[in-house]
Parts: sequence; structure tokens; C-alpha cells
Amino acid sequence: MAKSGGERVEIRSASKIYGSVRALDDVSLDIAPQEFVSLLGPSGSGKTTLLGILGGFIQPSAGTILFGGRDVTFTPPHKRDIGIVFQNYALFPHMSVGENVAFPLRARRLPKSTYAERVKAALAMVDLAGYEERGIGQLSGGQRQRVALARAMIFEPRLILMDEPLSALDKQLRETMQIELRQLHKRLGATIIYVTHDQREALTMSDRVAILKDGKLVQIDKPERLHDHPANAFVASFIGEATLLPVERLGGDSVSLGGAILRTSRPLPPQGDLVLAIQTEKLLIEDGTHSPERNRFSARVTDIVFQGESLRVFLALEDGTPLSLRQPSHYEAARRIPPIGETVQISLHPQDTIIVPKADG
Amino acid sequence: MSVIDPSLRYRRREQGLMLLLASPAVIVIVALVVIPVGWLMTQSVYDNGFTLEHYRRIFSEDIYWRSFTLTFRIALMVTVLTLILGYPVAYAAAHVKRPWDVLILSFVILPFWTSVLVRAYAWLVLLQRTGVTNQMLERFGLISEPLALVHNELGTVIATVHILLPFMVLPLYSTMQKIPRELMLAGASLGGGPLHTFLRVFLPLSLPGVVAGLTLVFVLTLGFYITPELLGGGRTIMISMVVSRNVELYNQWGAASAVGVVLLVAVIAVFALVGRIIPLDKMLGQK
Ligand SMILES: Nc1ncnc2c1ncn2[C@@H]1O[C@H](COP(=O)(O)OP(=O)(O)O)[C@@H](O)[C@H]1O
Ligand SMILES: [Mg+2]
Repeated sequence: MAKSGGERVEIRSASKIYGSVRALDDVSLDIAPQEFVSLLGPSGSGKTTLLGILGGFIQPSAGTILFGGRDVTFTPPHKRDIGIVFQNYALFPHMSVGENVAFPLRARRLPKSTYAERVKAALAMVDLAGYEERGIGQLSGGQRQRVALARAMIFEPRLILMDEPLSALDKQLRETMQIELRQLHKRLGATIIYVTHDQREALTMSDRVAILKDGKLVQIDKPERLHDHPANAFVASFIGEATLLPVERLGGDSVSLGGAILRTSRPLPPQGDLVLAIQTEKLLIEDGTHSPERNRFSARVTDIVFQGESLRVFLALEDGTPLSLRQPSHYEAARRIPPIGETVQISLHPQDTIIVPKADG
Repeated sequence: MSVIDPSLRYRRREQGLMLLLASPAVIVIVALVVIPVGWLMTQSVYDNGFTLEHYRRIFSEDIYWRSFTLTFRIALMVTVLTLILGYPVAYAAAHVKRPWDVLILSFVILPFWTSVLVRAYAWLVLLQRTGVTNQMLERFGLISEPLALVHNELGTVIATVHILLPFMVLPLYSTMQKIPRELMLAGASLGGGPLHTFLRVFLPLSLPGVVAGLTLVFVLTLGFYITPELLGGGRTIMISMVVSRNVELYNQWGAASAVGVVLLVAVIAVFALVGRIIPLDKMLGQK
């Protein structure tokens, strides 16, 4: 299938109000051609609403949507040329796989003689070659997912929207499909906007991730930046496996965590209450070999949970504040974990000492 | 030494239990369907001994043939009209928001609670020569002579359509309501205009409801009695009236039974034929 080239998508101050609920609140977003952007947020944060506005199913209460510079705010869905993959696939149950995939061609009244070849190519693209005659009821969840993809791609749309397309699949299949989707994105060269509530999935697949909360856009950034420079406590808590602890400002680059003094190599937020966001994997058990600039403090081991490739160690600071760290389960690392009840020296590098404002905003 | 597969024994026990659980239903069906139909068939070939005389009369006398064709013609007209009128109503009820669907369905079901007799008389009042309909049309100068709206086939059809409309709307509504809205959104997003998406997605998925509605209305019309009796004006002799006359006027249980049997066989034949042409089981059984 030919590269279709991506569409530039601009969302300008889009809002949607249902009665007293602000499902979407003044969201602006610029998405570059061929970019893969995820919309990430807890349930009810407005992801589906934003996708509906892009798809043309939902009229925004205010704001403008531009595709490649064209205003499409009032363009009906069937004239937008967007491939959409719905959460429950929305395959037509009365049609065979081939008929489902050919639907966009038929709807566009393209010459019938081209159908068979294009359907074949689209199905081959999603590893379902030869499935044309199958009924939808005969397919597994993963296969349905692929048919929905083939159907959304066959007319070579420049923009593809996906609403939690993998949420119904089991973990293993989901991870396989994530990699496949990434590769497919590279081959197609279309712009993809991908809705998910799974932060790991968003980080794995996207060029940029937009974090939504209560209808507002909280932050949009590259996955690494979200991880290392969360805009506030909400983003920090949503990304990775963070423990959030209130800290006191000591001036300069220092904060106090229950008596222990921590230094950070990042500028502190100028004002307001502060929160330390510790990712479990950034916290190390001290054995004297680590760099001297690390922030060191002690904690008591309260529980140890074996989780396969790693162990999660639950700790309590002297004042009882709980936190946890993750230790690889290989022998060298695991043997450093003292038994439950013992005190342990732990440390956090100033680069990993992430201080964010407590309040959203 | 005989080895008995324990799962087989378990399965047998389960089957036995199923049979036991199904027995009340079986008894009801036998009592209400098998016995009466069997009695009907026996009656139809009995007149002081075995005879095919009743059947010979049905197939040789003109009046029977005319009544049968009239009945099937009216049933066909009523079925088609209820579909044309009922489909948009069901569609609307399945698509509007909460309080409105209840309202629409109430209007459909409300007439159910008045007796068929009352409704038939109401139509008589509305449609007769000096009835409201003719008066209105005359007042607006649309007609100079009153139209013959009742005491004929037309009156029978109008009233029957009204009475049977719920039997079309309800199965249609229940089928349409189960069609996921996402499918229509998917159709639109894939480039299907509203008409294309309706014809290719919604309509085919609503067909099981259409078939159910058509079947119900068609079969019910074939057996309609009070409505054609009151609104047909004595000229529209439907098959149920032939049966009733045979019994009431001539005390001919045998002849009446034979007519009933022929009607039953005809209905079965019609559905077998329709089933041949349209793959009903596939449509009703689809997921
Ligand atoms: N049709 C609607 N009517 C009223 N409220 C709605 C409607 N659709 C969504 N909402 C509300 O808008 C908010 C955002 O919903 P949604 O976009 O579906 O969130 P998400 O997809 O992130 O879970 C929720 O609070 C939801 O209850
Ligand atoms: Mg959603």
C-alpha cells in the first residue's frame, strides 16, 4: 500500500459542555503530519469526546478543528476521510471480513474491479491474508482488531483515530499489537491519534503523549520528558510507578523530606506547596559504591513482594511515610535487600529527584 | 468387565433432568396445540364415517376460492402497510433520547388496552359516509361525494392495519435498539453517507425484526374475524367468517374444520416458500 502522507491536525480551544459537565475544556493541540500522538487520561477525562470531535460525531460547544489548514469543524464524518478504529472494533456483523474491509471502497463508489486486489493487500498488511470469506463471528479478538485496522487503512487515510483499540485484548497480544501498530505507522506514514488509559502503552507507542484530566490538557510531551519533567503531581502520579511525598522548600536547590535533606539538579517550581515524585526504579539500596552526590536517607523495610523479573520493596521513613522501590530479582541485587523490619540506607540521584507543584495547573 | 464412562452416565442424568424440566412446557403444547389440531383434522374428514367431501367442496366451490384469495390479499396488503407505517415509528423510537422513546412506544401500545371491538366501532364512526373523515374532506372541498371508506375491503384494511401495528413496531423496535450505535458511526467514518450507511448497515441488521413483524402480522390477519365482520360490510368475506358461518348457520363442524386445515396448510406452504427464497434461519440466527 502506498504511503498516504500524514495530515496536520490543529485543535484550537475546543470545548464540549454537556449540561453542567465540561467534558472538554478549552483544549488546544497541534499535531504534526505523520506524528503518533496518544491521548492519555483516566476514565472520564474527555478522551473519547475529543476523538468524537475530531471524527465529526460530536459538535464542539466552542473551538475550531483544522485538518491540513482546512477548517473541518462542521464537516460531516463521512466527508472527513479519517480512518477510525473503535473501542469494540464496530465490525459489521452481517458482512464477511472481505465485505467489511471493502466498505470504504464501496462507500466511495470506486470501480468494483479494484476491490479484490485492494482488500487482499489490506488484509496482507495486517497478517490476515486469505481471510476474505470468513464471518466476523469466526474470528478471535485479535483477528477482529486486525480486520478493523485493515478496514480503517484501506482507503489510505492521512489521519487514523483509534479509541482504546487494544483494551479488549489480553496482555501478551496487546504487547504484540503495540509493536505491530508502531511498525504499521511507519509504513503507512499517516498521522495517528491514539486514545488509551494505559500509560505504558502510551509511552511505548507514541511520539508525544497528551495528558488529559477533567477535560483539560495538562501536558503534552515526548514520553521521556513526561517521565522526567512532569508538569505537576497529577502527571507524575500517572506516569510510571511513582510515590508522591510532600516535601518542604529549604531554599536554593534543597527540600526536606521528613527531616532528610534532598538536593535536586532541576530548578524548583517558583511557588506553592511541593511534592517529591519518586519512581520506584530510581531509588537504590546503598552499598557504598554509588556516586557521592546522591541524596541518602534511611528507611525501614516493611514488606517484600516477589514479582518475577523484579522485587518490590515497601519501606517506611522514620516518621512512618510509606514509599517503595524496585530491585531486580537477580542474585546480586536481591541479596542486598535486608529482611523485613531491618533499616536500610537508600539513595536517590539529584537528577532523579523530581519536585513538582502540588496543585494542578 | 464392562467399563462405563462416568461422564456418559452424568450426561444421561443431565438429559433426564432436562426432560423433566421441559415437561410442563411439553404438556401445555400437547394440550393446547397438538390435541386441538388433531381433533380439527379428524373432524375435517368425518361425517358419519370417513369422507373427503368437505375438501372436495372447498376445492370445487367458487366461494371458498374467492374467500381464500381475498384473505391472503388482505393479509398481504395489511402486512406491507404495517411495515411501511411501522418502520419509521420503530426507527424513531430506537433513536430518540430517553423520555421520547417511552412516549412513542406508549402511543403504539396504548390502543392495546382497548378492546378490538371498541376500536372497530371507532373506525366505523370515523370512516362511514357521514363520518368525521368524509365531513372534513368535504368541508375542505377536496371531495364532492362522500368516499366509500368502510363496509368494504378498504375499511377492513385500514382498521386491521391500526390494530396490528404494535405487532410490527415492537419486534422492529427491539431489533433496532440492539443495533450498536457505533456501527453507524463506523459506517459514516469510513465514508458512507447517511443513505449508504442506512441501506448497507442498518437495514440489513434490522431484517430479523422485519421478518418477525411480517410473520406476526400476516398470520394474525389471516385469522382476523371481528374487524372484517364489522367493517367489511358483509361483502368482504374472509376465511374466518366462512368458518364461523359453517358452524353458526349450518352447524357444519366438518366443513369448518376442513377450511381450518386448508388455511393451516396454506400458511405453512407460504412460509416454506418464503423460507426457500429468503434464508430466514441465517437472518434470524446471525450474531
Ligand atoms: N453524551 C454525553 N452526555 C453527557 N455527558 C457526557 C456525554 N458523553 C460524555 N459525557 C461526560 O463527559 C466526560 C468525558 O467523557 P469521555 O470523553 O467519554 O471520557 P473518557 O473517554 O476519557 O473516559 C465524562 O464525565 C462523561 O460522563
Ligand atoms: Mg472513552
